[in-house]
Amino acid sequence: MSKERAGTPAIPADRMMPAERRLTPPAWPGGRTAAPDGEFHVIGKRNRKVEGLAKVTGRAIYADDIALPRMIYAKLLRSPHAHARIRSIDASAALTVPGVYAVITGKDLPEYFGIIPWTQDEQALCEDKARYVGDAVLALAADSELIAEEALKLIRVEYEPLPAITSIEDALARPEVKVNEKAKDGNISKHVHLEFGDVEAELKKSDATVEAEYWYEGSTHTPIEPHCAIADFDATGFLTLYSSTQVAHYLHRDLARVLGLPTQRIRVIQPVVGGAFGGKSEPFSLEFCAAKLSMMLGRPVKILYTREEVFYAHRGRHPMRLSYRTGIRRDGTLTGVDARIHIDGGAYSSFGLVTTYYSGQLLTAPYQMGAYRFDSTRVFTNKPCCGPKRGHGSVQPRFAFECQIDKLAEAIGMDPVEVRRKNWIGENTRTVNELRVTSNGFPQCLDAVERASDWKRKFRRMPYGRGVGVAGSMYISGTNYCIYPNEMPQSGVQLKLDRSGRATVFCGASDIGQGSDSVLAYIVAEELGLDLRDIRVVAADTDLTPVDLGSYSSRETFMVGNACLDAARKLRLLVAESLAERWGCRPDEVTLAEGVACSSRAPEKEHMSVKEAFQLAESRHGTLGSVGWYQSPKLGGDYRGGTIGASPAYSFTAHVAEVECDPETGRVDVKKIWIAHDCGRALSPVAVEGQMEGSAYMGFAEAIFEEQIFKPAAPGHGPGLHHGPSLLDYRIPTSLDTPELESIIIESVDPEGPYGAKEAGEGPLHPSIPAIANAIYDALGIRCDRLPFDPPRVHKLLRAADARAQWERARRQVSGATPVPATAAAARRT
Amino acid sequence: MESTTTAVCRLRINGELRECAIRPNTTLLEALRYELGLTGSKQGCDKGDCGACTVVVDGEPVLSCISLALAFEGREITTIEGVSEGGRPHPLQDAFDVTGGAQCGFCTPGILMSAWALLRRNPSPSRAEIAHALSGNLCRCTGYTKIFEAVERAAESLRGAR
Repeated sequence: MSKERAGTPAIPADRMMPAERRLTPPAWPGGRTAAPDGEFHVIGKRNRKVEGLAKVTGRAIYADDIALPRMIYAKLLRSPHAHARIRSIDASAALTVPGVYAVITGKDLPEYFGIIPWTQDEQALCEDKARYVGDAVLALAADSELIAEEALKLIRVEYEPLPAITSIEDALARPEVKVNEKAKDGNISKHVHLEFGDVEAELKKSDATVEAEYWYEGSTHTPIEPHCAIADFDATGFLTLYSSTQVAHYLHRDLARVLGLPTQRIRVIQPVVGGAFGGKSEPFSLEFCAAKLSMMLGRPVKILYTREEVFYAHRGRHPMRLSYRTGIRRDGTLTGVDARIHIDGGAYSSFGLVTTYYSGQLLTAPYQMGAYRFDSTRVFTNKPCCGPKRGHGSVQPRFAFECQIDKLAEAIGMDPVEVRRKNWIGENTRTVNELRVTSNGFPQCLDAVERASDWKRKFRRMPYGRGVGVAGSMYISGTNYCIYPNEMPQSGVQLKLDRSGRATVFCGASDIGQGSDSVLAYIVAEELGLDLRDIRVVAADTDLTPVDLGSYSSRETFMVGNACLDAARKLRLLVAESLAERWGCRPDEVTLAEGVACSSRAPEKEHMSVKEAFQLAESRHGTLGSVGWYQSPKLGGDYRGGTIGASPAYSFTAHVAEVECDPETGRVDVKKIWIAHDCGRALSPVAVEGQMEGSAYMGFAEAIFEEQIFKPAAPGHGPGLHHGPSLLDYRIPTSLDTPELESIIIESVDPEGPYGAKEAGEGPLHPSIPAIANAIYDALGIRCDRLPFDPPRVHKLLRAADARAQWERARRQVSGATPVPATAAAARRT
Repeated sequence: MESTTTAVCRLRINGELRECAIRPNTTLLEALRYELGLTGSKQGCDKGDCGACTVVVDGEPVLSCISLALAFEGREITTIEGVSEGGRPHPLQDAFDVTGGAQCGFCTPGILMSAWALLRRNPSPSRAEIAHALSGNLCRCTGYTKIFEAVERAAESLRGAR
């Protein structure tokens, strides 16, 4: 790993909107952004994670590891039809089975819920209609899972099958077959049309334009831990729910809504979560059903989804059909960008309103564009509901757009790295859709992958079958606004410190493996001079921890980190003041580091252990504790939807992928991906690299392997049946499939991030897919505009075109002296 | 309907003889997790696809979710709980912690068991040999890079200790 640093001045006042001046982030005591003594002791070091040893020794407790006294089990009955009215349900036979306690149906939980307050269209169990194969219809509680499974076979549900909508085309063509009754217009879930500048006029200035259609296939998260919930309703009327969720706070609110309990009588606890990637970022049937059954029976109820059910719970990557028209001038300047996007949402809304905006809003950096228009439509279909998978809403358009740039670069005979460099939007600026961009290390990312991959010696210079491709991207570090409108902090932290020399951090943050618990501990250790082992993190327990909105939209490091820094610096100031008084120095002359408190003036004389320092502070100030919080500045464009996509900071990424392809079989072997990511300051380089590698892996998997797809009707089953809801049929890459991954951290040091940090969990996924697509073109002379790039599709493209001739033309285009006019069907001169 | 017949199953796990009363169709994973309190082994798919349930039996990695518990009487079973020595993390566990080989940690016990078995029969595996030995264990977080580094680091430290 290598590190590079890009200097970033603070955003000039004249580039800020008035609202931003009013609501800047909390000012730290002393106004510092650097380490107490100018050097970090914990931040930026290769530290262990706080829960690491518990995980590697098998002692970490995940939801399914919890067993409570008198606990029973429940199972869900799921629809075998893609679309069917529920005529009647007869559970009488099942209820006579010994060991069966109760059955609930949609009538027992009629209240609608949904993560976005404006589109609440789901019920815990379908009341009138099932909307996909696998939609939950009934829950049954019994002594064991086995008894419950057997008893479910005795349930009689009378269904009236309805015509099923299984594609975007169907959804648009047949509005009379309504998938989701909450849709106002046919099967339209959401439509967004936004235009920034005069796109047609900009396109007219182009020397070349490229118009193409792309297909992004759906995929799903497949965390290795299936969803699991345990509900425990006690005699005082209090509900405790343990759940493998990444949004304990939102789950808390929706439980109250659906169960008719006040929030103050519900406690949600997130045990250790075994992966999520966005797949556990909203409430699911199991949480409501376990809770309802526990309330009815007065004993703990556990529901563990089978792997098959995880595929139905889904909320994964939306399939998208994307058409782009993009122009470029001879000097490499991008002109107008015109996008038309159709999104297959599945049966419910989920985060779909946001997805539809994100499909357009998050494209406008790292490149400047003259004018931009997007028209995005999300439709309902009779398939499991899509939602936010790592890189929510913006991975698909990024794939299409970065392929467009590759085609445009070829059309004007310019190196695609150079085109990206040329159009860099800069730092401390605004995008065409009015997003505020502050720190921006994208050029350093490009430089790093260009150099590390030996790009100049490889691009258009390797033998037929081998190639390299480049792509870039940006992503948000948290969204500026909570999912439900309110003026309260987005993240809160409480810190307890006492004479024992031990600190406890309480925070609602959700660690799903990315390391948010560790970020909390690193910050407290840095500020208070503690050893990491002397800090306990208590997280994601709504009874014990102040609200944090949870692990989504890459918000934890930025927002939780700022809240924690706020709390820790308040306490640090109390300790420093006590010591300053004792030593007769100024508080800013006091250093707390590595277990020792000392003055910078005379450290050999004026020093004591931090434990003694805490005791001194406790004597002077009373019991020690602090709260810290973060609320992002008001940002966003002044238009409807202009706040969606607004983030206090953006991360930037560049990838180069190298492929080796077999022209005979169409097999694409990705040899290596170089990943350079601007994460602001890397608070934990090990964790940042882990996020970069995991992201690149997941993007690679979507490019080459994965498809969440459904079968048409056939003898034995109707339409909409999952292609293969198992980890054997749904192919995720193994250790033998995954390419070599090289991470290069770029640190732009963000003016508003904690110590300058930004996100690293989602951004680095984006360029994987287009970098691989562009590498395949370099290798074979074919444009892979449809995912995944598996042997049948690649082979078909090879047969359809004179790939070899195109490959040779492409080589002349870059190395040749005179740019040749673009002759590919996709590119034309204007 | 569920079988109500139970049999006493005697298993030698992590060097201890353990007994439990189970139905004949109880898997080894179910016996470990739900009868014997050894929840370190995980259930990710219950079909032998993901490897999170991997334990080592007589030196070989075994998928405990598709193995019947009664078939393992008289065999030497090692689970993640039996890997650490004298309450101290095994060098392999330590290496996973230091390199960041565990993110969410759910696949980690299974991966560690496959790696542990590998290092016992091959103290100096190449990266290709490591990738091959772990190919039955799916990890969704790491992209495997830091897992490979962890196994290499552990192999080096174990060779040094020998």
